[in-house]
Amino acid sequence: MAITLTSKRRLAPVGVLVAAGIAALLILSAAFAPQIAPSNPLDLATFNLADSEIPPMWAEGGDRRFLLGTDNQGRDMLSAILYGARVSIMIGGGAVLLAAVIGVSLGLIAGYLGGRTDAVIMRIGDVILSFPTILLALLVAGLARAVFPEAANPRYVPFVLISAIAIHEWVQYARTVRAATMVESARDYVKAARVIGLPSTRIMFRHILPNVMSPVLVIATINLAGAVLTEATLSFLGVGMPPTYPSLGTLIRIGNEFVFSGIWWIALFPALALVILVLAVNVVGDWLRDRFNPKLRGRG
Amino acid sequence: MLRILLSRLAQMLMVMAAVTAVAFVIFRYVGDPVLIMSREDATPAEKVALREQLGLDQTVVVQFAKFAGRVVTGDLGNSFRNQRPVSGLIAERLPATLELVLVATVLALALGIPLGVYCALKPASWLTRGIQTVSLIGISTPTFVTGIVLILIFSVWLKWLPSFGRGDVVKLGWWSTGFLTTSGLRSLVLPSVTLALFQVTLIMRLVRAEMLDVLSSDYIRYARARGLPAGYIHRKLALRNALMPVITVTGLQIGALIAFAIVTETVFQWPGMGLLFIQAASFVDLPVMAAYLLFVGFIFVSLNMVVDVIYALVDPRLRTRAA
Amino acid sequence: MNVVPALAIENLRVEYPREDGGILVAVDDVSLTIMPGEIHAVVGESGAGKTTVANALIGLIEKPGRVASGTMRIGGAILDPVTGKGEGLQLGRDIGVIFQDPMTSLNPLFTIESQLTETMRFHLGLSASEARVQALELMHAVGIPEPERRLKSYPHQLSGGQRQRVVIAAALSCNPKLLVADEPTTALDVSIQAQILALIKDLTRTRGLGVMLVTHNMGVVAETANSLTVMVRGKAVEQGLVVDVLRNPQHAYTRGLLAAVPRFDRKLERFAVMAEGGGKAETARKAIAGQKQSTKGNMAGPLLSVDNLVVDYTTRGWLPGSKGRTMRAVDGVSFEIRNGETLGLVGESGCGKTTVASVIAGLVQPTSGRVLYGGEPIAGDTATRGTRRASRQALQMIFQDPYASLNPRMRVGSILAEPILFYKLAANRADAAEDAAILLEAVGLDREHAERFPFAFSGGQRQRISIARALGARPRLLICDEPTSSLDVSVQAQILNLIKDLRDATGLTLLLISHDLAVVRQMCDRVAVMQTGRIVEMNDTETLFDAPSHTYTRELLSLVPRIDRISAA
Repeated sequence: MAITLTSKRRLAPVGVLVAAGIAALLILSAAFAPQIAPSNPLDLATFNLADSEIPPMWAEGGDRRFLLGTDNQGRDMLSAILYGARVSIMIGGGAVLLAAVIGVSLGLIAGYLGGRTDAVIMRIGDVILSFPTILLALLVAGLARAVFPEAANPRYVPFVLISAIAIHEWVQYARTVRAATMVESARDYVKAARVIGLPSTRIMFRHILPNVMSPVLVIATINLAGAVLTEATLSFLGVGMPPTYPSLGTLIRIGNEFVFSGIWWIALFPALALVILVLAVNVVGDWLRDRFNPKLRGRG
Repeated sequence: MLRILLSRLAQMLMVMAAVTAVAFVIFRYVGDPVLIMSREDATPAEKVALREQLGLDQTVVVQFAKFAGRVVTGDLGNSFRNQRPVSGLIAERLPATLELVLVATVLALALGIPLGVYCALKPASWLTRGIQTVSLIGISTPTFVTGIVLILIFSVWLKWLPSFGRGDVVKLGWWSTGFLTTSGLRSLVLPSVTLALFQVTLIMRLVRAEMLDVLSSDYIRYARARGLPAGYIHRKLALRNALMPVITVTGLQIGALIAFAIVTETVFQWPGMGLLFIQAASFVDLPVMAAYLLFVGFIFVSLNMVVDVIYALVDPRLRTRAA
Repeated sequence: MNVVPALAIENLRVEYPREDGGILVAVDDVSLTIMPGEIHAVVGESGAGKTTVANALIGLIEKPGRVASGTMRIGGAILDPVTGKGEGLQLGRDIGVIFQDPMTSLNPLFTIESQLTETMRFHLGLSASEARVQALELMHAVGIPEPERRLKSYPHQLSGGQRQRVVIAAALSCNPKLLVADEPTTALDVSIQAQILALIKDLTRTRGLGVMLVTHNMGVVAETANSLTVMVRGKAVEQGLVVDVLRNPQHAYTRGLLAAVPRFDRKLERFAVMAEGGGKAETARKAIAGQKQSTKGNMAGPLLSVDNLVVDYTTRGWLPGSKGRTMRAVDGVSFEIRNGETLGLVGESGCGKTTVASVIAGLVQPTSGRVLYGGEPIAGDTATRGTRRASRQALQMIFQDPYASLNPRMRVGSILAEPILFYKLAANRADAAEDAAILLEAVGLDREHAERFPFAFSGGQRQRISIARALGARPRLLICDEPTSSLDVSVQAQILNLIKDLRDATGLTLLLISHDLAVVRQMCDRVAVMQTGRIVEMNDTETLFDAPSHTYTRELLSLVPRIDRISAA
């Protein structure tokens, strides 16, 4: 991946450009799923049980109407995947956004104000981080259901999932932004702003924030991949999106029951879509990370 | 050193207190235990009796204190689902999960460290690029997809390895092990590989990043300027520095493995604690959920503590701070 | 007599390919010879290529850079720049190396013994116990007390000076012919610098070493080296004995460089610099001087007084609110700054001088004691929000690191307009922009520079922008915290001249924090000397320099490496 597009200005390695293209294509086709999908997998009236478990078009017994085959209820897999990706990306993106907003604000406040505020915020973060994402998300998603029966309503599930994922992920932004803010706060331009007498809010948001944003963008990219994976795992375990409104994880969960009988396409195609989507985002995120800040590490 | 340990101990107690509080809230406030535990045709009088029997008529503080007291003595209540003591259920499922996690950890370290070192030392080689590409695919593939694909290939198509359960186990006291039978070992292969793969990638990438960092440091430049052989610099000097953070991460990863075991155990129907938890969650079996949370919390916190102690023993800057 | 040189470099050329396909010549046709027992200084300002010459010798030219041509002979044998070896030559055995920062050149996870003996075990084939005996001897030779105990120590348990001694011991462990020392004392305080330089001189004489001393400090050259090479943009422009070159420099660049070094022995009106701002700057300064300054408070007494100031730093414990250890940074400091004067505050690193400045500027809250501005308390118990706010505008500050003192994401125009708008010193944005443009001209830049971002400027230019920003608030007192320590000496001279000119034009009062005694002598009316949190001596500059009364002041003054001992003769 060392080949560069132009020798003068290193734009990006070809591999990264390809990955960015694939990611953009997947995100766009998910966004426009209602326009491009052959059928609407959410509309019970459009599919027929008589069409169930048809293998992909090129396999023996395939049907030209269903490029990637159908599931146990006769849904077109391609359409289901496009709609499923849409759900996955929406939830992943939402979780990243929520986590970033919370994490950046708290990190900025903790790093700039220091003292007790900092200690309280970061200790809460420590406790949260001592549990893996998936466990915390499972707990939050599960509890939400137990407390509010309404949380199982497909209309609210995405919000429950977004919160369940963000509750763990904000810590990473907060830690990074806090560390960067502490570095920036000690730099002379921030001292100069303080000597001028500018109020703290102005110093934090006008002076420090723009200077700590590049690692945030890197984390956000890598986290998008992580959030999509976490959502898929929750849905796979049955605490995420319901089969009536499936995400990629739900589709794999449905397909998992048929793997043993050799009906592989119901699980495998959504899984492939998921891996390609996450991989593409990860490749871009990885490149961004190396480019913006070779020192920035940690799990994605 | 003592300061570090004490502050870590304080942290550990705080985390456990927080976890106990969450467990208590689950136990007490999620759903109505009386409704869940009583028969459908129970009379109001029976419900009041049950409420008193469960101590639900007392103040929240008293209830929490009693709850915490029971937790400390290991009494985690009875499962709503089959009315068995939760501690017994956990003890029954514990060996399966721990054996799985142990094998996966060893696999992950044995593969991850050498691969990471190789990638850092030979950044331009084709093998490195290959490893890094595969590693990216590795962190992009969720555990359950890996599991399904492995089952499809090795169980469904090739029919080489079993796809669910632990096989035959041998009882050693209360501990049941799958290490001593062929079917037990065969059953372990797919789940442990599945569980390890994601971690291999993480450890490999961490070791590579640390190693690259150390290699560009002043003291390694200085060692080069003293004409020391490259092999000595890499193996003896740089590796030790690079492995320091790996200790931390391995500790945290064992914790993460226990959590990810939920997924692996679901895919492979592995009778461990993760499966217990998922089943409990789908039946809203609150005592089991709370107990699992407490138990896993305790394991994580202890691991963190152990990591800190090891770190303090290995890093002279911490070991000799008081000197 | 035919002595083989310890080092002979002939026509060395080091190239770095540039991104646009061109080639950057970092070292261009440099030749130099160092005899055994000779210390040869390679001097020049940043970017001159002096460190690159050293790196070429020790095989540390980072790819894609390369040694394009030239030969390097160590004791007569040709050294291969790629492998660091040669006929009978071995890097580490025949060439010893000392780096700038002793804090980072030792591996934190290994004992001193391990790091000191490994070189001998590899290159001389000594056993562990033989190497240990040698190591003890070396520790003794470089003057480390309790060598037995220190061998078992880890680097973090040693002070900076001791670490640099260990590094020197390791460099000497295999009896090299040549020692390459790249800025070996730049990271150290003057008192430790003097000890390390004396040690290097002594070892050179007793062991017959050839030493290549890379430095930017002309004082160090004058006090330590026998001969020197002056480098500019990769080329060696002048070579010769230190005595000759310092007394009678031939090349114009060398003359300029020497003239820019602040003199220690007597005070001059201004620094000699190669080019100065024209009439535009003059007009702009008059415009600034005409602006109404902040005149709050009673101005009859001293402008600022610091009264029994104490500052403790407390490290935080793990739990919220818990406390760690306490360190006293400033321990009962009192002084006054008179209206219109320039007061110098000097001392070694960690003496508390920057903390004092930070308290005055309102960046740090004192533990006890107070600061009065025009008779009004602005820091300490009796200070109120109102008095603090009123003084803010009058007290402005410029900082040490020109690369950190400007927000990289803001245009210069916005940076300068910010204080003007904040204090409502201009009616609207357009007026503020005009004021900013005048400020830029006053500090010798162009008004068009307001459109650019800080990265487009050099260190010296950034420091000018910093000064302009401070002036924007129309202060009475300007606190200058090591304003030129990060700059090359010729740029330093320009910036110091600028500060003098602005002071003369606007009647500013200055507080100058510095570790550089020569700079202080040139700039200040009065000087206070600080040691471990206290002021040990305070007096008029001339009195203090000519007749210091405190032993610490005398010691400091005697330790400064200075060029006048040679050039003035």
